[in-house]
Amino acid sequence: MTGGRHRSYRAAAALLCLALGLAGCKQPPGPRYIPDAEDAARGRAAIERVGCAACHEIPGIDWPEGRTGPSLVGFDDIGLIAGAVPNTPENLARFVRNAPAVKPGSTMPAMPLTQEEARDVAAYLYGLDDE
Amino acid sequence: MWRHISMVSTMNDSSDVFDAWWGWPPPVLDPAGPYADSVVVLAWALFAMGVLVTGIVVAALYVAIKGPPHLKAKLGGERTVWIGGIAFPGVVLTGLLVWGLTLTASITAPAPADAMRVRVTGHMWWFDVEYLDASGDVLLRDANELHLPVGEPVVVELESGDVIHNFWVPNLSGKEDMIPGRRNELVVQADRAGRFGGVCAEYCGGPHALMGFVTVAHDRAGWADWMRNRTMSLRPAVADQDVPGELTAITGRVAQTGNEALSGRQLFMESGCAACHRVGGTEANGLVGPDLTHVGSRLTLGAGILPNNRGTLMGWIGDSQSIKPGNRMPSYDMLSADQLNAIAAWLEQQK
Ligand code: HEC
Ligand code: HEC
Ligand SMILES: [Cu+2]
Repeated sequence: MTGGRHRSYRAAAALLCLALGLAGCKQPPGPRYIPDAEDAARGRAAIERVGCAACHEIPGIDWPEGRTGPSLVGFDDIGLIAGAVPNTPENLARFVRNAPAVKPGSTMPAMPLTQEEARDVAAYLYGLDDE
Repeated sequence: MWRHISMVSTMNDSSDVFDAWWGWPPPVLDPAGPYADSVVVLAWALFAMGVLVTGIVVAALYVAIKGPPHLKAKLGGERTVWIGGIAFPGVVLTGLLVWGLTLTASITAPAPADAMRVRVTGHMWWFDVEYLDASGDVLLRDANELHLPVGEPVVVELESGDVIHNFWVPNLSGKEDMIPGRRNELVVQADRAGRFGGVCAEYCGGPHALMGFVTVAHDRAGWADWMRNRTMSLRPAVADQDVPGELTAITGRVAQTGNEALSGRQLFMESGCAACHRVGGTEANGLVGPDLTHVGSRLTLGAGILPNNRGTLMGWIGDSQSIKPGNRMPSYDMLSADQLNAIAAWLEQQK
């Protein structure tokens, strides 16, 4: 009885994995920040408007794929932003708006984003799930 | 730094320059002046006729297959062929031709002799823009951006520095080729203020798809301001062009404060940028790339493809080849981020 239940759980989980296109299979290590889809969409628009991709390869943005800054593919999994600042939504929002103020000596320039736009941009970058 | 940020973001908040290309309705169906108006009216008329004729053909087809026998017989008769196949298209097409030609006659009508003239030269893969005075001398030079006063016809002299390009601002006019060794003239007029996207509409190799420009139509007051700012800052630069070698007389055109900008100027001169780019009022006199005298007030970079801010300037200079593959500026990936930042800071001041 219990065995059967267990099996059906597994089957359901496998189905769910298939349905999610395998993206959801990896268990996140802890409670994960799930950004709002609308914020993320606004963030994507802001990224295009100010041209972050002139320096970064960014998942979901086909062109350009600049290489003056690091690629942001797989960015959602890294521990420290630019190797220096804990990777939290608040820090990320502050970093993308004015990197040198958050990480002294950062080689990424401040970008013309409002605070609100910066939060949306952070939401977009956190919403990436690209491995 | 902060002042710069708030300035740029208020400029961008309300409208994104790229709306000029991608806004709704699409620019081809959204005429902003008389020369585009007639093209759009004609396009709609042709579209309507196309729909009408397709409707007639479909109806005839239906009758031929499923209709009652007496209609079928009529449809197969010689009369139908004479009327539907010869008389109808003959009359309709002749009518449309005459109407279309009269409607669009204004497009090729000569512009008033005293109209403002701008020479736009296509290069692989950007646009050189020269504003001419009444005697045809260059009053000021710019690139990838065309500024116009609202409500006045402007004659655009189209030339090419290399291969055939084509100048097209869908909101303002039809297309016109830019042919090496020739000068074509196109008249444009904007009847409302705004930004209108333009493109090269003739495949010219490599990153042709990334070759555009912005047209900005200013109302009366805005135009006066724009002209005053530009000509004031430009006068010494034009003199410098006319008298090559006479560098001592040139004073700094913009106040350069802060060490960053000063070292940026030095880096610009020492990194070879000056061999390809002109910056009015300095010794930079290159003609291979776009004039950077006013790059700080440009709406876009890379010929209409990137927004213009500190970050995109740095990204473009550091690695323009990954942004616009094949373009004729080398990537400066040997410069450090600090050096890129210094050059960008100095270029930002070139308003
Ligand atoms: C001038 C080119 C440039 C532009 C434009 C630019 N960045 Fe960066 N970015 C960099 C550089 C260089 C770094 C590495 C910074 C460091 O190590 O201090 C970086 C780092 C980052 C990081 C951290 C990456 C990591 O692996 O830790 C993020 C996230 C980021 N940028 C996002 C953005 C966003 C969002 C924008 C647009 C608002 C943007 N960048 C615009 C150059 C740029
Ligand atoms: C070999 C010639 C050459 C050299 C050297 C060169 N450039 Fe360029 N540059 C170009 C060309 C050509 C373009 C236009 C590219 C395009 O849009 O297709 C350009 C475009 C630019 C633009 C964009 C202008 C605009 O309005 O779109 C900037 C800014 C710029 N260059 C800065 C620099 C700086 C700074 C240096 C030196 C570090 C430099 N260039 C060195 C040829 C050169
Ligand atoms: Cu072209």
